Amino acid sequence: MKKVTFKIWRGDAEGGELIEYTTEATEGMVILDVVHKIQATQANDLSCRWNCKAGKCGSCSAEINGVPRLMCMTRMDMIPTHQPVTIEPMRAFPRIRDLVTDVSWNFRVKQKIKPFKPRTPDAPDGTWRMQQEDIDRVQEFRKCIECFLCQDVCHVLRDHHKHEEFIGPRFLVYTAALEMHPLDTEDRLPELKQAHGIGYCNITKCCTKVCPEHITITDNAIIPLKERVVDDFYDPLGWLWKLLRPKG
Amino acid sequence: MDLTGALPKQRHFGETTRSDPWYLQPVLVFLGFSAFIVYSTWAAFQGLDATHTYFWYGGGGANYLSPFYSPILFGSNDHPGFFGVIPSWWPALLPFSPAFLIMWIPAGFRFTCYYYRGAYYKAFWLDPVNCAVGEPRKSYLGERYLPLILQNVHRYFLYLALIFIFILGRDAWDSLWFTDYAGMEHFGVAVGSLVLILNVILLAGYTCGCHSLRHLVGGFLDAKSKARACATCYNAVSCLNARHMLWAWMSLFWVGFTDVYIRLCAMGIWHDIRFF
Repeated sequence: MKKVTFKIWRGDAEGGELIEYTTEATEGMVILDVVHKIQATQANDLSCRWNCKAGKCGSCSAEINGVPRLMCMTRMDMIPTHQPVTIEPMRAFPRIRDLVTDVSWNFRVKQKIKPFKPRTPDAPDGTWRMQQEDIDRVQEFRKCIECFLCQDVCHVLRDHHKHEEFIGPRFLVYTAALEMHPLDTEDRLPELKQAHGIGYCNITKCCTKVCPEHITITDNAIIPLKERVVDDFYDPLGWLWKLLRPKG
Repeated sequence: MDLTGALPKQRHFGETTRSDPWYLQPVLVFLGFSAFIVYSTWAAFQGLDATHTYFWYGGGGANYLSPFYSPILFGSNDHPGFFGVIPSWWPALLPFSPAFLIMWIPAGFRFTCYYYRGAYYKAFWLDPVNCAVGEPRKSYLGERYLPLILQNVHRYFLYLALIFIFILGRDAWDSLWFTDYAGMEHFGVAVGSLVLILNVILLAGYTCGCHSLRHLVGGFLDAKSKARACATCYNAVSCLNARHMLWAWMSLFWVGFTDVYIRLCAMGIWHDIRFF
């Protein structure tokens, strides 16, 4: 067993600081194990949010050595231990206590997005018919576990605090899943351009890098949505093509 | 829903708790792009001298044209373009190089490319310098307002860049034909031919993996199964798009090297080797 030093952010909405804890850690442990061990042995009042411990609930999001990660999916052998390992709460959301942040803003944003609106059913029994290849594209987006690491790393939210003007990568993925669905008939592009602020994304791909579900957020969701916005608002030739193309 | 007061303060420039060498990527991108910009600008200005043609190599009957100057609309005295040497409408006070009429198209295509945007926003604008690292500026407009809203013009540069692929393909084809002393053309292969062929392959791989093209050939559809041709094109472009960054860098390096090769051959410093 090797002794490793951890610097864990302790504090609340008013402020806080990194506190050092030294504990024994082995390669097989994940950061969440370490936090629980410190909680059990050295800091009984240390707060952290967790649930499944299997990378599927998206609860234990934090910043480990400055990189947004799930604590339960970060093994000790993935990080250098010759120097103190920092564990901090996400920076894009209000802090509640220690490693726990208030992510409720995300749920309020989700309510603002127009819901799924399918076309009239294809069959008299009220069901629809669609091809697997048409639905394959949006299946990727449905892997999202809503850990909000992508929201946390996005500099538009994290550094520029544009929470009122930009919905963030998670909800651009959510919008893409609806907008590209073969049955959906709703038009979300005007909101994407204005209220949801897709133009704020400057394609740094940080969201893609931190996604624990390996969703290709930027290339498969955000850029295709940006292109659809270009179709509707910035492309005169596209408007002409829509007028003149054969219908049917 | 204003969270501003409840959020941690914005970090200072470069401030982070990341322990990895996060600065390496933007530094390497900065050096790579800067080297190309400096070299290509220098190469474009070399065309000011209409008496020396270092953008075209005709030694040994070869016919190699630098991609920075192709198509050669207006050329030099010893290699005039389709329309002569210097356009009559060109302002006398401005210096003229044939490359000035050409290079804005590939430059515009790359400048507005989604991959390059993300890369140079980090390396040059430092916005952000890397993921989860503090930024130098407090205000932020993104691509929502002028001037960066103009990045939406990317698909128009794509249309022009696609035409260039055919033109450079023609140049690569021409590099396979060598003129003998009698003026007869013979098929052959030299190092320069391979350089030009690889150049057009890499540029085609980069251009055909463009995000805008991916959208235009099929991405705009929700049900691609109803448009088989669109689905096939979309899958092909997606295949290239998955490695768009790699294609971008390889094609950038090779288009620069192609100019270097032709220039050094034309200057007599390098000698083109003909295989047959």
